[in-house]
Amino acid sequence: MNPTLNLWVIPILPLAGAAINGFFGRKSSRQAVTAVALVFSGAAFAMALWVAARFSSLSLPYQEFLAHWIRAGSFNADFAFYLDQLSLVMLLVVTGVGFLIHVYSIGYMWEDPGYYRFFTYLNLFMFFMLTLVLAGNYLQLFIGWEGVGLASYLLVGFWFTKDSAASAGKKAFIVNRIGDFGFLIALFLLIKHFGSLDFSRVFGAIAPIRPETAGAGLLTTIGLLLMVGAAGKSAQIPLYVWLPDAMEGPTPVSALIHAATMVTAGVYMVARSHVIFERAPMALTVVAIIGTLTAFFAATIGIAQTDIKKVLAYSTVSQLGYMFMACGVGAFSAGIFHLMTHAFFKGLLFLAAGSVIHAVGGEQDMRKMGGLRTKIPWTFWTMTAATLAISGIPGFAGFFSKDEILWQAYQTNWVYWLVGVVTAFITSFYMFRLWFLTFFGEYRGEAEAKHGDGGRSAHDAHGGHGHGGIHESPRVMVVPLVILAVLSVIGGYVGVPGALGGNDRFDKFLAPVFHGSAPANAQNANLGEKRAPEQATEGSEPKTGDSTELLFTGISVFAALLGFGLAWMFYHKDPELPDRIAVSFSGLYRVLVHKYYVDEFYAALFVKPLIDGSTRILWQGVDRKVIDAAVNDAGDGARHVSDEVRHMQSGNIRSYAGWVAAGAAVVIAFVIWKWVVTL
Amino acid sequence: MVPLSYYLLLSGFLFACGVVGFLIKRNIITIFMSIELMLNGVNLSFVAFAAQWHVLAGHIFVFFVMVVAAAESAVGLAIIIAVYRTRETLNVDQVNLLKL
Amino acid sequence: MSFHLILFLAFGAVCVGGAVNLLAQRHPINSALSLIAVMGALAGEYLLLGAEFVAAVQVIVYAGAIMVLFVFVIMLLNAGEEEETKGSRVAIVLGVPGILIASVLVAWVVLRRSGTGDVALGALPGYPREIAQLLFHDFLLPFEVTSILILIAIMGAVVLASKPEPPAGKVE
Repeated sequence: MNPTLNLWVIPILPLAGAAINGFFGRKSSRQAVTAVALVFSGAAFAMALWVAARFSSLSLPYQEFLAHWIRAGSFNADFAFYLDQLSLVMLLVVTGVGFLIHVYSIGYMWEDPGYYRFFTYLNLFMFFMLTLVLAGNYLQLFIGWEGVGLASYLLVGFWFTKDSAASAGKKAFIVNRIGDFGFLIALFLLIKHFGSLDFSRVFGAIAPIRPETAGAGLLTTIGLLLMVGAAGKSAQIPLYVWLPDAMEGPTPVSALIHAATMVTAGVYMVARSHVIFERAPMALTVVAIIGTLTAFFAATIGIAQTDIKKVLAYSTVSQLGYMFMACGVGAFSAGIFHLMTHAFFKGLLFLAAGSVIHAVGGEQDMRKMGGLRTKIPWTFWTMTAATLAISGIPGFAGFFSKDEILWQAYQTNWVYWLVGVVTAFITSFYMFRLWFLTFFGEYRGEAEAKHGDGGRSAHDAHGGHGHGGIHESPRVMVVPLVILAVLSVIGGYVGVPGALGGNDRFDKFLAPVFHGSAPANAQNANLGEKRAPEQATEGSEPKTGDSTELLFTGISVFAALLGFGLAWMFYHKDPELPDRIAVSFSGLYRVLVHKYYVDEFYAALFVKPLIDGSTRILWQGVDRKVIDAAVNDAGDGARHVSDEVRHMQSGNIRSYAGWVAAGAAVVIAFVIWKWVVTL
Repeated sequence: MVPLSYYLLLSGFLFACGVVGFLIKRNIITIFMSIELMLNGVNLSFVAFAAQWHVLAGHIFVFFVMVVAAAESAVGLAIIIAVYRTRETLNVDQVNLLKL
Repeated sequence: MSFHLILFLAFGAVCVGGAVNLLAQRHPINSALSLIAVMGALAGEYLLLGAEFVAAVQVIVYAGAIMVLFVFVIMLLNAGEEEETKGSRVAIVLGVPGILIASVLVAWVVLRRSGTGDVALGALPGYPREIAQLLFHDFLLPFEVTSILILIAIMGAVVLASKPEPPAGKVE
């Protein structure tokens, strides 16, 4: 039926690269390490393209069985791969953006002593992410899930000699783990009720079930637990706290893992599980609410941050919130569309930020930047493209994807749409704030004077290297920036909605995945209404909403331009204005700068009691008083007993004789008793 | 015709006196003599049983016991003399250097 | 009350008295002398049982040689009366009662259930000829071994009891 594509090769290639670099990298030359890393990740990308080329000739979903894994009674889990439109999109994004970031990292990490280690971990991450994306069952997805968490830990804590980096890595892993707990319970429920974790079997078993309208049924519970896992991995409320701290890692890591790929795993998982969510409306609503809230919440924090990477981190959390909002209102393909465009422009933003940081010798505080546009033009123009994209300026990729989400959100509930628009305004504001502070005005930093001085404010441990002055990054770093900038511009054109004259190709491409399994029950009004016309007329756009959609598009463009204007006023025309406002609204400002004190809240509520309990109860109580005491007392007891017994060796002959006589008497008595008894 | 048990009683009594003397007495030589007393009690037992079962080997064994007792007392007394030379005392309670 | 019994009781009384006296006396020479009395009485008992050779050997070797050795050593070391020193509590508390109880048990067994009969006067004549037969035929090996044992004992006694040599280098 289907020719074998040997999908398993795609994840194995970067694994091989990781193994080679891991075992032999330390003694190899930089060139060799580079070659290995590029060859294997490039090969994975090439093969992904090859799969894409043959895609139309496949009958979907394409499933490939690699090997038996678990056979436990009636439960089977195998190493199997699953390919449909959704996983193809993810595959291309992961391998493509991943490869570009590999190229960029050559330049960025060239002088780092841990060069080979970096590429080992990067390839390892690719392996796990590809396992996740191509998985054919939830268990394999979970392997990838955990694996990318591991890779994230290794890469965030890459400069592990720095305390803050090591702690950040730990925080990322632990918070992720909390989400994974929910995920695991969901998996257990799936096994219990459907006997399998295989995508086709589970979704096939769930398809005939009617949507649960009354409260928390089985599917709602599973959906909520899956969302817990997604919230951990994709940094949504309440488990987002690890992502800003994860900026301790090198900037390519932030670009790849914390913008383009790993954090999107949660969105992918929710989209993949849409069969479950479509039949659990309450869970879907929770997803939408969490997404919306997170989007707004993170955006408000972003406007007060001064570290360029932290702004981008909160921006990522916010944009992920948009994706979950989309999934939560049933517009899964819109969410995936935004995932794709976000990978382009957010990845570009991070890489460009890395280029900026590289240029100014390690400084990350935007207050010490400024006027860089003439000095690092390539970085400036590419970053401009990305900023325009993320703010939703028409013509750029982000405009189409964000707009699609807002439009679909309005169909469900205008509150989502309103919050989304306000957030879009705030997004535009803080992004252009970043843009103005970094590239315009007077240069406020010190890199011109002290540029030969190795890494003073090393957030990024990426200090000066003795070329004088601020300089553009090497070509190997600039080329990926340019490619991503091009994608940020044209990437949206695959999804131009009908209202604007396009033909919605992206949504139609993903339609067989999401629309082929809508629930039969027409009581589910929202989803049914949206789906039915599209299903019935197989791809022609709903005519009724055209003009309304245009109106709403106009509103979001207006919001974006308003943000731009406000940023221009605050940071270009009147640079003193922000400080004055900060003083007059000092309370609010402080709350925003301190990120709503969430970290402190968690520390007081969870971390401190845990550490205290651990110290007082487990360490001093159990470990010292029970376990150590038992061991020590055993030794002491033996010693005391032997101390007492020792007195028998008194050197006194008569006592020895006494013991002998007594013993002999006992033996005699025993013998006599035995003899008498038998007599 | 004396019942054998009388002989055995006598033998046992001598043996018990020997043990008690060994435990009670403080002079090394007296302790040695208690040992000889024990051996004698056992000898009587052997001869008595030999007489009852008409086995002459009992007498032979008594002979050997006496030989060994002689050898043992010779060596033992020599040791006592050596101990007396070093420790200047015949009190067994003071020969207690081998204590823990 | 046969003659046999009277003689048995007479010799037995001497044995018992001598044994008790051995325990009761404080000076070792008195104990030695009572031990000699015990041995003599025992020789009489042996005769009552017909063991002539054993009785003779008892008197010659035990009473005549070993006990003389004991007396010599007592006189050599000028052993005096026993001092009162703190003995061993264990010996008094555990050993003596233990042995006493054991002997009572044994006595009870012997008297009640021994299943032995009576012994006639001179029941088993132990003539030297028969004994020699046994000794040099059936028990030849032990005989030879004990002779070596005696040899070793002689050497040991001589070495142990000899005066220690003066330290070297004291001459001149």
